[in-house]
Amino acid sequence: MLKLSKYVLYDILRNRVLIAYTAFLLVVSFALFQMEENSSKAVLSLLNIVLIVIPLVSMVFSTIHWYNSYEFIELMLTQPVSRKKVLLSEFAGIGSSLVTAYLVGVGIPVIIYHFDSTGIALLLVGSLLTLAFTAIAFFASIKSRDKARGIGVALLLWFYFALIFDGLLLLVLFAFSDYPLEKFMVTFSSFNPIDLGRIYLMLQMDVSALMGYTGATFKEFFGSGIGLLYTLAIMLAWIVVPLLFALRSFNKKDL
Amino acid sequence: MIKIENLHKRFKKLQALNNVNVEFSKGQVVSLIGPNGSGKTTLIKSILGLVKPDNGQVLFNGISVDKDIDYRKHIGYMPQIGRYPDNTKIGQIFDMIRNLRGKDTKVDEELFYRFKLDTMLDKSMKSLSGGTRQKVSAALAFLFDADVLILDEPTAGLDPVASEILKEKIIAEKAKGKLILITSHILSDLEELTTHVLYLQDGKVVFNKSMLELYEMTGEDKLSRAIAAVMRNEIKEKDVAYLRIAK
Repeated sequence: MLKLSKYVLYDILRNRVLIAYTAFLLVVSFALFQMEENSSKAVLSLLNIVLIVIPLVSMVFSTIHWYNSYEFIELMLTQPVSRKKVLLSEFAGIGSSLVTAYLVGVGIPVIIYHFDSTGIALLLVGSLLTLAFTAIAFFASIKSRDKARGIGVALLLWFYFALIFDGLLLLVLFAFSDYPLEKFMVTFSSFNPIDLGRIYLMLQMDVSALMGYTGATFKEFFGSGIGLLYTLAIMLAWIVVPLLFALRSFNKKDL
Repeated sequence: MIKIENLHKRFKKLQALNNVNVEFSKGQVVSLIGPNGSGKTTLIKSILGLVKPDNGQVLFNGISVDKDIDYRKHIGYMPQIGRYPDNTKIGQIFDMIRNLRGKDTKVDEELFYRFKLDTMLDKSMKSLSGGTRQKVSAALAFLFDADVLILDEPTAGLDPVASEILKEKIIAEKAKGKLILITSHILSDLEELTTHVLYLQDGKVVFNKSMLELYEMTGEDKLSRAIAAVMRNEIKEKDVAYLRIAK
Protein backbone atom coordinates (compact mmCIF):
# COMPACT_ATOMS: atom_id res chain seq x y z
CA MET A 1 0.00 0.00 0.00
CA LEU A 2 2.86 2.33 0.70
CA LYS A 3 4.03 1.83 -2.86
CA LEU A 4 0.71 2.99 -4.25
CA SER A 5 0.61 5.99 -1.93
CA LYS A 6 4.09 6.91 -3.01
CA TYR A 7 3.01 7.04 -6.63
CA VAL A 8 -0.12 9.02 -5.90
CA LEU A 9 1.94 11.44 -3.84
CA TYR A 10 4.51 11.85 -6.58
CA ASP A 11 1.83 12.56 -9.12
CA ILE A 12 0.28 15.23 -6.95
CA LEU A 13 3.40 16.98 -5.74
CA ARG A 14 4.20 17.81 -9.33
CA ASN A 15 0.80 19.37 -9.61
CA ARG A 16 0.98 23.08 -10.19
CA VAL A 17 -2.16 23.81 -8.25
CA LEU A 18 -0.63 22.36 -5.12
CA ILE A 19 2.49 24.44 -5.57
CA ALA A 20 0.31 27.52 -6.05
CA TYR A 21 -1.61 26.67 -2.88
CA THR A 22 1.61 26.38 -0.90
CA ALA A 23 2.87 29.66 -2.34
CA PHE A 24 -0.43 31.35 -1.49
CA LEU A 25 -0.25 30.18 2.11
CA LEU A 26 3.37 31.25 2.39
CA VAL A 27 2.67 34.72 1.03
CA VAL A 28 -0.39 35.27 3.23
CA SER A 29 1.31 34.00 6.37
CA PHE A 30 4.45 36.02 5.85
CA ALA A 31 2.42 39.12 5.05
CA LEU A 32 0.37 38.79 8.22
CA PHE A 33 3.42 38.34 10.39
CA GLN A 34 5.17 41.29 8.80
CA MET A 35 2.18 43.61 9.14
CA GLU A 36 1.41 42.86 12.78
CA GLU A 37 3.97 43.75 15.39
CA ASN A 38 2.26 41.53 17.86
CA SER A 39 2.72 38.05 16.48
CA SER A 40 -0.21 36.72 18.55
CA LYS A 41 -2.57 38.99 16.66
CA ALA A 42 -1.12 37.72 13.43
CA VAL A 43 -1.74 34.15 14.50
CA LEU A 44 -5.34 35.03 15.24
CA SER A 45 -5.84 36.56 11.81
CA LEU A 46 -4.05 33.65 10.24
CA LEU A 47 -6.33 31.27 12.11
CA ASN A 48 -9.42 32.84 10.64
CA ILE A 49 -8.03 32.68 7.13
CA VAL A 50 -6.89 29.10 7.59
CA LEU A 51 -10.29 28.04 8.89
CA ILE A 52 -11.95 29.28 5.72
CA VAL A 53 -9.35 28.32 3.15
CA ILE A 54 -8.29 24.85 4.27
CA PRO A 55 -11.69 23.17 4.16
CA LEU A 56 -12.41 24.71 0.77
CA VAL A 57 -9.12 23.82 -0.86
CA SER A 58 -8.96 20.36 0.70
CA MET A 59 -12.40 19.44 -0.50
CA VAL A 60 -12.20 20.88 -3.98
CA PHE A 61 -8.71 19.55 -4.64
CA SER A 62 -9.55 16.06 -3.36
CA THR A 63 -12.76 15.94 -5.34
CA ILE A 64 -11.13 17.03 -8.58
CA HIS A 65 -8.21 14.68 -8.11
CA TRP A 66 -10.54 11.79 -7.41
CA TYR A 67 -12.51 12.29 -10.59
CA ASN A 68 -9.36 12.80 -12.63
CA SER A 69 -7.90 9.58 -11.28
CA TYR A 70 -11.03 7.59 -11.90
CA GLU A 71 -9.77 5.54 -14.85
CA PHE A 72 -6.46 4.99 -13.16
CA ILE A 73 -8.28 3.69 -10.09
CA GLU A 74 -10.22 1.40 -12.40
CA LEU A 75 -6.94 0.09 -13.79
CA MET A 76 -5.60 -0.50 -10.29
CA LEU A 77 -8.69 -2.48 -9.42
CA THR A 78 -8.06 -4.88 -12.30
CA GLN A 79 -4.82 -5.82 -10.56
CA PRO A 80 -4.74 -8.12 -7.54
CA VAL A 81 -5.27 -5.24 -5.09
CA SER A 82 -8.23 -4.83 -2.80
CA ARG A 83 -10.57 -1.85 -3.04
CA LYS A 84 -9.70 -0.93 0.51
CA LYS A 85 -6.01 -0.64 -0.33
CA VAL A 86 -6.69 1.48 -3.39
CA LEU A 87 -8.96 3.89 -1.52
CA LEU A 88 -6.66 4.25 1.46
CA SER A 89 -3.65 4.77 -0.80
CA GLU A 90 -5.43 7.55 -2.64
CA PHE A 91 -6.44 9.12 0.66
CA ALA A 92 -2.94 8.83 2.03
CA GLY A 93 -1.45 10.34 -1.11
CA ILE A 94 -3.86 13.28 -1.37
CA GLY A 95 -4.02 13.87 2.37
CA SER A 96 -0.29 13.87 2.89
CA SER A 97 0.35 16.21 -0.01
CA LEU A 98 -2.25 18.70 1.24
CA VAL A 99 -0.87 18.53 4.77
CA THR A 100 2.64 19.00 3.44
CA ALA A 101 1.52 22.07 1.52
CA TYR A 102 -0.05 23.44 4.69
CA LEU A 103 2.93 22.69 6.91
CA VAL A 104 5.27 24.34 4.45
CA GLY A 105 3.03 27.29 3.59
CA VAL A 106 1.93 28.14 7.13
CA GLY A 107 4.40 26.16 9.16
CA ILE A 108 7.55 27.90 8.02
CA PRO A 109 6.35 31.42 8.85
CA VAL A 110 4.93 30.19 12.17
CA ILE A 111 8.21 28.55 13.10
CA ILE A 112 10.08 31.72 12.29
CA TYR A 113 7.78 34.23 13.98
CA HIS A 114 5.70 32.57 16.65
CA PHE A 115 6.93 29.15 17.60
CA ASP A 116 5.20 28.37 20.88
CA SER A 117 2.35 26.16 21.98
CA THR A 118 -0.13 28.32 20.11
CA GLY A 119 1.84 28.08 16.90
CA ILE A 120 2.10 24.33 17.23
CA ALA A 121 -1.60 24.12 17.99
CA LEU A 122 -2.34 26.07 14.83
CA LEU A 123 -0.29 23.66 12.75
CA LEU A 124 -1.91 20.68 14.40
CA VAL A 125 -5.44 21.93 13.99
CA GLY A 126 -4.81 22.91 10.37
CA SER A 127 -3.40 19.49 9.53
CA LEU A 128 -6.25 17.62 11.17
CA LEU A 129 -8.77 19.86 9.46
CA THR A 130 -7.11 19.18 6.11
CA LEU A 131 -7.44 15.44 6.61
CA ALA A 132 -10.99 15.68 7.91
CA PHE A 133 -12.21 17.61 4.90
CA THR A 134 -10.28 15.35 2.53
CA ALA A 135 -12.15 12.42 4.07
CA ILE A 136 -15.49 14.19 3.72
CA ALA A 137 -14.67 15.01 0.11
CA PHE A 138 -13.84 11.37 -0.58
CA PHE A 139 -17.20 10.29 0.73
CA ALA A 140 -19.01 12.88 -1.36
CA SER A 141 -17.03 12.00 -4.52
CA ILE A 142 -17.63 8.28 -4.21
CA LYS A 143 -21.33 8.84 -3.77
CA SER A 144 -21.66 11.11 -6.80
CA ARG A 145 -21.03 9.52 -10.14
CA ASP A 146 -20.79 12.76 -11.96
CA LYS A 147 -17.91 15.22 -11.60
CA ALA A 148 -20.00 18.38 -11.70
CA ARG A 149 -22.34 17.03 -9.05
CA GLY A 150 -19.43 15.94 -6.89
CA ILE A 151 -17.83 19.37 -6.96
CA GLY A 152 -21.22 20.96 -6.30
CA VAL A 153 -21.71 18.78 -3.24
CA ALA A 154 -18.21 19.62 -2.03
CA LEU A 155 -18.87 23.34 -2.35
CA LEU A 156 -22.24 23.05 -0.60
CA LEU A 157 -20.67 21.13 2.24
CA TRP A 158 -17.98 23.78 2.62
CA PHE A 159 -20.64 26.46 2.66
CA TYR A 160 -22.51 24.56 5.35
CA PHE A 161 -19.52 23.95 7.59
CA ALA A 162 -17.91 27.33 7.15
CA LEU A 163 -20.94 29.57 7.24
CA ILE A 164 -24.39 28.06 7.70
CA PHE A 165 -23.51 26.06 10.76
CA ASP A 166 -22.33 29.16 12.61
CA GLY A 167 -25.44 30.99 11.56
CA LEU A 168 -27.58 28.25 13.04
CA LEU A 169 -25.51 28.26 16.18
CA LEU A 170 -25.98 31.99 16.64
CA LEU A 171 -29.70 31.54 16.10
CA VAL A 172 -29.89 28.94 18.83
CA LEU A 173 -27.80 31.03 21.18
CA PHE A 174 -29.99 34.03 20.59
CA ALA A 175 -33.22 32.11 21.06
CA PHE A 176 -32.06 30.52 24.27
CA SER A 177 -30.04 33.44 25.55
CA ASP A 178 -31.66 33.21 28.97
CA TYR A 179 -30.35 29.75 29.63
CA PRO A 180 -26.86 28.61 30.55
CA LEU A 181 -25.55 27.04 27.40
CA GLU A 182 -21.88 26.42 27.94
CA LYS A 183 -21.94 22.63 27.98
CA PHE A 184 -24.36 22.61 25.10
CA MET A 185 -22.04 24.89 23.15
CA VAL A 186 -19.13 22.54 23.57
CA THR A 187 -21.16 19.57 22.40
CA PHE A 188 -22.72 21.48 19.56
CA SER A 189 -19.43 22.73 18.22
CA SER A 190 -18.13 19.17 18.06
CA PHE A 191 -20.46 18.73 15.14
CA ASN A 192 -18.34 21.10 13.14
CA PRO A 193 -14.61 20.48 13.03
CA ILE A 194 -14.00 24.07 11.99
CA ASP A 195 -15.69 25.47 15.07
CA LEU A 196 -14.00 22.99 17.30
CA GLY A 197 -10.64 23.93 15.89
CA ARG A 198 -11.38 27.61 16.27
CA ILE A 199 -12.50 27.33 19.89
CA TYR A 200 -9.56 25.20 20.85
CA LEU A 201 -7.06 27.51 19.29
CA MET A 202 -8.58 30.71 20.58
CA LEU A 203 -8.49 29.37 24.08
CA GLN A 204 -4.80 28.71 23.72
CA MET A 205 -4.38 32.41 23.23
CA ASP A 206 -5.03 35.20 25.67
CA VAL A 207 -7.98 36.58 23.73
CA SER A 208 -10.27 34.20 25.54
CA ALA A 209 -10.33 36.60 28.43
CA LEU A 210 -12.41 38.87 26.23
CA MET A 211 -15.15 36.31 25.98
CA GLY A 212 -16.40 36.86 29.51
CA TYR A 213 -18.05 34.17 31.55
CA THR A 214 -18.52 31.84 28.62
CA GLY A 215 -14.88 32.27 27.83
CA ALA A 216 -13.89 31.37 31.33
CA THR A 217 -15.95 28.19 31.30
CA PHE A 218 -14.53 27.22 27.98
CA LYS A 219 -11.04 27.98 29.09
CA GLU A 220 -11.52 25.72 32.04
CA PHE A 221 -12.44 22.85 29.78
CA PHE A 222 -10.39 23.44 26.68
CA GLY A 223 -7.36 24.89 28.36
CA SER A 224 -6.80 21.69 30.23
CA GLY A 225 -5.32 18.44 29.07
CA ILE A 226 -8.78 16.92 28.79
CA GLY A 227 -9.71 19.63 26.36
CA LEU A 228 -6.78 18.76 24.15
CA LEU A 229 -7.60 15.08 24.21
CA TYR A 230 -11.23 15.79 23.51
CA THR A 231 -10.40 18.00 20.54
CA LEU A 232 -7.98 15.44 19.16
CA ALA A 233 -10.49 12.65 19.58
CA ILE A 234 -13.31 14.48 17.85
CA MET A 235 -11.06 15.63 15.03
CA LEU A 236 -9.85 12.08 14.52
CA ALA A 237 -13.46 10.97 14.47
CA TRP A 238 -14.11 13.54 11.76
CA ILE A 239 -11.35 11.92 9.73
CA VAL A 240 -12.10 8.27 10.42
CA VAL A 241 -15.89 8.22 10.25
CA PRO A 242 -16.29 9.79 6.79
CA LEU A 243 -13.48 7.57 5.58
CA LEU A 244 -15.26 4.47 6.84
CA PHE A 245 -18.45 5.52 5.13
CA ALA A 246 -16.47 6.19 1.97
CA LEU A 247 -14.91 2.74 2.14
CA ARG A 248 -18.22 1.03 2.62
CA SER A 249 -19.69 2.90 -0.32
CA PHE A 250 -16.65 2.18 -2.47
CA ASN A 251 -16.80 -1.55 -1.81
CA LYS A 252 -20.29 -1.73 -3.22
CA LYS A 253 -19.79 0.64 -6.11
CA ASP A 254 -19.91 -0.28 -9.79
CA LEU A 255 -17.05 1.23 -11.72
CA MET B 1 -11.69 -21.67 -15.95
CA ILE B 2 -14.31 -18.97 -15.85
CA LYS B 3 -17.89 -19.90 -15.20
CA ILE B 4 -20.66 -17.35 -15.26
CA GLU B 5 -23.90 -18.41 -13.61
CA ASN B 6 -27.24 -16.64 -13.86
CA LEU B 7 -25.68 -13.24 -14.07
CA HIS B 8 -28.03 -10.27 -13.86
CA LYS B 9 -27.14 -6.62 -13.77
CA ARG B 10 -29.38 -3.63 -14.07
CA PHE B 11 -28.32 0.00 -14.34
CA LYS B 12 -31.38 2.08 -13.43
CA LYS B 13 -33.70 1.33 -16.35
CA LEU B 14 -31.30 -0.68 -18.46
CA GLN B 15 -30.99 -4.43 -17.98
CA ALA B 16 -27.36 -4.72 -19.02
CA LEU B 17 -27.00 -8.43 -18.31
CA ASN B 18 -29.98 -10.73 -18.37
CA ASN B 19 -29.46 -14.24 -17.10
CA VAL B 20 -26.09 -14.85 -18.66
CA ASN B 21 -24.77 -18.39 -18.37
CA VAL B 22 -21.49 -19.17 -20.06
CA GLU B 23 -18.34 -21.07 -19.47
CA PHE B 24 -14.86 -20.39 -20.82
CA SER B 25 -12.05 -22.93 -20.81
CA LYS B 26 -8.32 -22.94 -21.33
CA GLY B 27 -7.06 -22.76 -24.86
CA GLN B 28 -10.08 -20.89 -26.14
CA VAL B 29 -9.97 -17.56 -27.86
CA VAL B 30 -13.47 -16.22 -27.38
CA SER B 31 -14.69 -13.33 -29.47
CA LEU B 32 -17.25 -11.34 -27.58
CA ILE B 33 -19.41 -9.75 -30.24
CA GLY B 34 -22.62 -7.82 -30.21
CA PRO B 35 -24.16 -4.49 -31.08
CA ASN B 36 -23.33 -1.42 -29.00
CA GLY B 37 -24.96 -1.62 -25.61
CA SER B 38 -25.35 -5.38 -25.68
CA GLY B 39 -23.55 -5.93 -22.40
CA LYS B 40 -20.07 -6.94 -23.56
CA THR B 41 -18.19 -4.45 -21.41
CA THR B 42 -20.49 -5.08 -18.43
CA LEU B 43 -19.74 -8.77 -18.72
CA ILE B 44 -16.00 -8.14 -18.77
CA LYS B 45 -16.26 -5.77 -15.84
CA SER B 46 -18.20 -8.36 -13.88
CA ILE B 47 -15.42 -10.86 -14.42
CA LEU B 48 -12.87 -8.31 -13.26
CA GLY B 49 -14.84 -7.33 -10.20
CA LEU B 50 -15.38 -3.76 -11.33
CA VAL B 51 -19.12 -4.28 -11.47
CA LYS B 52 -21.03 -6.04 -8.74
CA PRO B 53 -23.90 -8.16 -10.12
CA ASP B 54 -27.46 -8.00 -8.80
CA ASN B 55 -27.86 -11.75 -9.07
CA GLY B 56 -25.76 -14.73 -9.97
CA GLN B 57 -22.04 -15.15 -9.71
CA VAL B 58 -18.78 -15.35 -11.57
CA LEU B 59 -16.52 -18.25 -10.68
CA PHE B 60 -12.83 -18.25 -11.44
CA ASN B 61 -11.46 -21.77 -11.14
CA GLY B 62 -14.39 -22.57 -8.93
CA ILE B 63 -14.05 -19.65 -6.53
CA SER B 64 -16.40 -16.69 -6.62
CA VAL B 65 -14.65 -13.50 -7.70
CA ASP B 66 -16.30 -11.73 -4.81
CA LYS B 67 -14.47 -13.77 -2.22
CA ASP B 68 -10.86 -13.04 -2.92
CA ILE B 69 -8.91 -10.65 -5.11
CA ASP B 70 -6.01 -12.99 -5.78
CA TYR B 71 -7.62 -14.46 -8.86
CA ARG B 72 -6.69 -11.28 -10.66
CA LYS B 73 -3.08 -12.40 -10.57
CA HIS B 74 -4.05 -14.74 -13.35
CA ILE B 75 -5.68 -12.11 -15.50
CA GLY B 76 -4.10 -9.62 -17.88
CA TYR B 77 -6.55 -6.86 -18.86
CA MET B 78 -6.29 -4.35 -21.64
CA PRO B 79 -8.96 -1.64 -21.38
CA GLN B 80 -10.54 0.00 -24.38
CA ILE B 81 -9.22 3.43 -23.49
CA GLY B 82 -6.33 3.39 -21.09
CA ARG B 83 -6.02 6.44 -18.88
CA TYR B 84 -3.08 7.01 -16.63
CA PRO B 85 -1.97 9.74 -14.21
CA ASP B 86 -0.80 12.68 -16.32
CA ASN B 87 2.46 13.40 -14.58
CA THR B 88 3.69 9.84 -14.31
CA LYS B 89 6.25 8.52 -16.77
CA ILE B 90 6.01 5.29 -18.72
CA GLY B 91 8.88 3.75 -16.78
CA GLN B 92 7.19 4.58 -13.49
CA ILE B 93 3.92 2.99 -14.54
CA PHE B 94 5.68 -0.26 -15.32
CA ASP B 95 7.65 -0.14 -12.09
CA MET B 96 4.52 0.54 -10.11
CA ILE B 97 2.54 -2.33 -11.56
CA ARG B 98 5.51 -4.65 -11.24
CA ASN B 99 5.83 -3.66 -7.58
CA LEU B 100 2.16 -4.25 -7.08
CA ARG B 101 2.34 -7.74 -8.49
CA GLY B 102 5.44 -8.69 -6.57
CA LYS B 103 9.02 -8.22 -7.58
CA ASP B 104 9.69 -11.89 -8.16
CA THR B 105 6.83 -12.49 -10.56
CA LYS B 106 8.17 -13.57 -13.90
CA VAL B 107 7.69 -11.07 -16.70
CA ASP B 108 7.03 -11.30 -20.38
CA GLU B 109 8.47 -8.19 -21.93
CA GLU B 110 8.10 -9.11 -25.57
CA LEU B 111 5.46 -6.49 -26.35
CA PHE B 112 7.28 -3.96 -24.21
CA TYR B 113 10.30 -4.20 -26.47
CA ARG B 114 8.53 -4.78 -29.75
CA PHE B 115 6.46 -1.62 -29.19
CA LYS B 116 9.72 0.18 -28.43
CA LEU B 117 8.46 1.33 -25.03
CA ASP B 118 11.97 0.95 -23.63
CA THR B 119 12.99 3.98 -25.68
CA MET B 120 10.21 6.08 -24.14
CA LEU B 121 10.63 5.40 -20.45
CA ASP B 122 10.96 9.07 -19.57
CA LYS B 123 7.93 10.31 -21.44
CA SER B 124 5.06 11.46 -19.25
CA MET B 125 1.71 9.82 -19.89
CA LYS B 126 0.00 13.04 -20.85
CA SER B 127 2.43 13.61 -23.68
CA LEU B 128 1.57 10.34 -25.36
CA SER B 129 -0.77 9.90 -28.30
CA GLY B 130 -3.82 7.70 -27.88
CA GLY B 131 -2.23 4.91 -29.88
CA THR B 132 0.94 4.91 -27.83
CA ARG B 133 -1.12 4.75 -24.68
CA GLN B 134 -2.84 1.70 -26.12
CA LYS B 135 0.58 0.15 -26.63
CA VAL B 136 1.32 0.72 -22.95
CA SER B 137 -1.99 -0.91 -22.03
CA ALA B 138 -1.22 -3.87 -24.27
CA ALA B 139 2.28 -4.33 -22.90
CA LEU B 140 0.91 -4.20 -19.35
CA ALA B 141 -1.78 -6.75 -20.09
CA PHE B 142 0.74 -9.30 -21.40
CA LEU B 143 3.46 -8.42 -18.93
CA PHE B 144 2.79 -11.08 -16.34
CA ASP B 145 2.27 -14.06 -18.60
CA ALA B 146 -1.21 -14.40 -17.14
CA ASP B 147 -3.32 -17.48 -17.84
CA VAL B 148 -6.29 -15.40 -18.86
CA LEU B 149 -6.18 -12.39 -21.15
CA ILE B 150 -9.11 -10.02 -21.41
CA LEU B 151 -8.73 -7.54 -24.26
CA ASP B 152 -11.34 -4.85 -24.84
CA GLU B 153 -11.08 -3.53 -28.42
CA PRO B 154 -7.33 -4.22 -28.49
CA THR B 155 -6.55 -3.21 -32.05
CA ALA B 156 -8.67 -0.06 -32.16
CA GLY B 157 -6.28 2.87 -32.17
CA LEU B 158 -3.16 0.90 -33.02
CA ASP B 159 -1.33 1.59 -36.24
CA PRO B 160 -1.20 -1.33 -38.76
CA VAL B 161 2.30 -2.40 -37.73
CA ALA B 162 1.43 -2.42 -34.02
CA SER B 163 -1.83 -4.17 -34.80
CA GLU B 164 0.04 -6.98 -36.50
CA ILE B 165 2.51 -7.27 -33.64
CA LEU B 166 -0.35 -7.56 -31.19
CA LYS B 167 -2.15 -10.16 -33.26
CA GLU B 168 1.02 -12.23 -33.52
CA LYS B 169 1.35 -12.05 -29.76
CA ILE B 170 -2.23 -13.19 -29.28
CA ILE B 171 -1.64 -16.15 -31.58
CA ALA B 172 1.53 -17.04 -29.65
CA GLU B 173 -0.30 -16.92 -26.33
CA LYS B 174 -3.12 -18.97 -27.81
CA ALA B 175 -0.56 -21.65 -28.71
CA LYS B 176 0.46 -21.73 -25.04
CA GLY B 177 -3.07 -22.78 -24.18
CA LYS B 178 -4.29 -19.62 -22.56
CA LEU B 179 -7.84 -18.39 -22.33
CA ILE B 180 -8.27 -15.18 -24.28
CA LEU B 181 -11.40 -13.04 -24.32
CA ILE B 182 -11.55 -10.35 -26.99
CA THR B 183 -14.23 -7.81 -27.70
CA SER B 184 -13.98 -6.16 -31.07
CA HIS B 185 -16.07 -4.75 -33.84
CA ILE B 186 -13.30 -5.41 -36.35
CA LEU B 187 -14.36 -8.90 -37.35
CA SER B 188 -11.58 -9.30 -39.90
CA ASP B 189 -9.02 -8.97 -37.13
CA LEU B 190 -10.80 -11.57 -35.05
CA GLU B 191 -10.96 -13.97 -38.00
CA GLU B 192 -7.40 -15.21 -37.67
CA LEU B 193 -7.45 -15.45 -33.92
CA THR B 194 -10.72 -16.74 -32.63
CA THR B 195 -11.87 -20.23 -31.76
CA HIS B 196 -15.25 -19.42 -30.25
CA VAL B 197 -17.84 -16.73 -30.64
CA LEU B 198 -20.08 -15.40 -27.89
CA TYR B 199 -22.78 -13.19 -29.31
CA LEU B 200 -24.64 -10.89 -26.96
CA GLN B 201 -27.67 -8.76 -27.56
CA ASP B 202 -29.65 -6.75 -25.03
CA GLY B 203 -27.76 -8.41 -22.23
CA LYS B 204 -28.69 -11.92 -23.32
CA VAL B 205 -26.57 -14.64 -24.81
CA VAL B 206 -27.74 -15.14 -28.37
CA PHE B 207 -25.31 -17.91 -29.08
CA ASN B 208 -22.06 -19.30 -27.78
CA LYS B 209 -20.46 -21.53 -30.38
CA SER B 210 -17.16 -22.64 -31.73
CA MET B 211 -16.10 -21.25 -35.09
CA LEU B 212 -16.61 -24.60 -36.78
CA GLU B 213 -20.15 -24.85 -35.51
CA LEU B 214 -20.84 -21.30 -36.59
CA TYR B 215 -19.56 -21.89 -40.09
CA GLU B 216 -21.49 -25.13 -40.38
CA MET B 217 -24.64 -23.47 -39.10
CA THR B 218 -24.52 -20.60 -41.54
CA GLY B 219 -22.71 -22.21 -44.42
CA GLU B 220 -20.24 -19.30 -44.53
CA ASP B 221 -16.47 -19.41 -44.19
CA LYS B 222 -15.73 -15.84 -43.14
CA LEU B 223 -16.58 -14.55 -39.71
CA SER B 224 -18.13 -11.31 -40.88
CA ARG B 225 -20.41 -13.15 -43.31
CA ALA B 226 -21.31 -15.75 -40.73
CA ILE B 227 -22.28 -13.11 -38.19
CA ALA B 228 -24.24 -11.21 -40.79
CA ALA B 229 -26.08 -14.41 -41.66
CA VAL B 230 -26.98 -14.98 -38.03
CA MET B 231 -28.16 -11.43 -37.63
CA ARG B 232 -30.32 -11.73 -40.76
CA ASN B 233 -31.87 -14.97 -39.58
CA GLU B 234 -32.66 -13.29 -36.38
CA ILE B 235 -34.74 -10.73 -38.07
CA LYS B 236 -36.89 -13.54 -39.43
CA GLU B 237 -37.16 -15.47 -36.18
CA LYS B 238 -38.81 -13.75 -33.29
CA ASP B 239 -37.38 -16.11 -30.73
CA VAL B 240 -33.79 -15.89 -29.65
CA ALA B 241 -31.99 -19.16 -29.13
CA TYR B 242 -29.94 -19.70 -25.97
CA LEU B 243 -27.22 -22.22 -26.38
CA ARG B 244 -24.67 -23.60 -24.02
CA ILE B 245 -21.25 -24.55 -25.15
CA ALA B 246 -20.88 -28.32 -25.37
CA LYS B 247 -17.74 -29.59 -23.77
